Amino acid sequence: MSAEPMEDRRSRLSDPTTPGQAGLPVLQYDVESIREDFPILRRLVYGKPLVYLDNAATTQKPQQVIDRIVRYYSEENSNVHRGVHFLSQLATEKYEAVRTTVKRFINANSEKEIVFTRGTTEGINLVARAWGRKYVKPGDEVIISAIEHHSDIVPWQMLCQDTGATLRIIPVSDSGELLIDEYARLLTSRTKIVAVGHASNALGTINPVKQIAAMAHDAGAIVVIDGAQGAPHITIDVQDIDCDFYAFSGHKVYGPTGIGVLWGRESILEEMPPYEGGGDMILSVTFEKTTYNALPYKFEAGTPDIAGVVGLGAALDYVSNIGIENIAAHEHDLLVYATRRLSEIEGLRIIGTAANKASVISFVLEGVHPHDIGTILDQEGIAVRTGHHCAQPLMMRFNVPATGRASFGMYNTRAEADALVTGLHKVREVFG
Amino acid sequence: MSGLRELYQQVILDHNKNPRNFKELPNATKRVEGYNPLCGDHYTIYIDLDGNVIRDVGFTGNGCAISKASASVMSSTVKGKSVEEAERLFDVFHKLVTGDAAAGDPAELGRLAAFSGVSEFPARVKCATLAWHTLHNALEGSAQVVSTE
Repeated sequence: MSAEPMEDRRSRLSDPTTPGQAGLPVLQYDVESIREDFPILRRLVYGKPLVYLDNAATTQKPQQVIDRIVRYYSEENSNVHRGVHFLSQLATEKYEAVRTTVKRFINANSEKEIVFTRGTTEGINLVARAWGRKYVKPGDEVIISAIEHHSDIVPWQMLCQDTGATLRIIPVSDSGELLIDEYARLLTSRTKIVAVGHASNALGTINPVKQIAAMAHDAGAIVVIDGAQGAPHITIDVQDIDCDFYAFSGHKVYGPTGIGVLWGRESILEEMPPYEGGGDMILSVTFEKTTYNALPYKFEAGTPDIAGVVGLGAALDYVSNIGIENIAAHEHDLLVYATRRLSEIEGLRIIGTAANKASVISFVLEGVHPHDIGTILDQEGIAVRTGHHCAQPLMMRFNVPATGRASFGMYNTRAEADALVTGLHKVREVFG
Repeated sequence: MSGLRELYQQVILDHNKNPRNFKELPNATKRVEGYNPLCGDHYTIYIDLDGNVIRDVGFTGNGCAISKASASVMSSTVKGKSVEEAERLFDVFHKLVTGDAAAGDPAELGRLAAFSGVSEFPARVKCATLAWHTLHNALEGSAQVVSTE
């Protein structure tokens, strides 16, 4: 979508070193070259280099995304749709081109299935309100899991309160994996919706969403995937997962805040009533009757975040250029390395030890509250998150009031994992 | 590290490890919960009032070192004081942790002075004041959960 030619994918990957299987070159991931694209990584915090390990909360933005937004406002800004003048057509073209970028990024069938939202939270609320209010009746059931983010709990709770449906929870094992046998037992003809995260923001667990979706469909339920933590780490193929909705946020995948995507299966979106009313989502309005616009515009009332959308497009281009599978491999290396190094710290316990994990490490340190850990690490320039991670039921399940959480992104290094370990030793020093 | 040493002074580390009055008061005349949803600090404060005098204070719950030490120091500080004196100390303490010079001479604040380093850490002010806000609500008679968010 961007006006510049796409950079060659190999420009981010150094020369092949050893030939891989089948004679294919093994490309080395050049993390230093990637870091150069992220201006914020050059800044100091309290005079120390920033070690940013809070990527599950939000990721930093590459210069390409920042520049794209600046260029939009400097050269292309106008309102989209219906404008006959040059800039409006240009802005519309750039805006709509990102739908195609997103379509490719998640392997959707059609641009009609791509709805721009403010983020994952709005996407889930949209489904709960528009689909839920129409189809969920008293006595029906909605299934979520014990490891969901509040954004994948509260909208369903609200739906259940409004409709008289019941919320059911898939329990989780001590390692942080969903108990699929228990899930199977929860599925009945009363189940209308199954909503689970692709990956857990608090534990890192990657859920078997394809299996979960197939089981839900067998029971006649629709499947909603909270992809906030999936998009940055996992190749998304909505057709392969065979879910019905997939929501994700731009800012967790190196794009701007305030923009996200809800993908919905076209046949389902067609039958769904609108979410919000306003401009852009209509074909014609009289005081007696309004005819709604076609997909996906039916779900995009009002002037959208156009700059956010073009910024998101630049972010997805950037990520695709490096290759999400290359990013995932790099992050997995960091996960394994950091897990090993952290485990060497006396009294440190990792919460969430699923076999299939994204690069998120939640931990507690005996005798030290996570909030104190966060303050001491902060003084070392190390940004981690401490608290309940918007997953209070999960904290109760693991019987901890809060955890510290280090989450790794495409630009993090083993040296930064080492800095975290050194920082945690300092915590021990302060607390004796 | 100097800022950290200021924040985590020995008095604070000690009260965190061995909190004073860390118990339920079965005959408390007031019992109020305080909660900081950001970090999950959660305490219940028990007060035994004898007329206008705080005869005894206890607290239970969990939270970070700053919040727990503050609850502990507060409990020993206000025990035996009048309601008005406790409220005055809260005011002084609040000024101290927010860096307001009107807090007065730290030398005259006793153990409360250990919290002077908090003013350099704005994100931790609510940790330090949670127990005091809860005490204040208990003394004012409101029974709901206090939140410093």
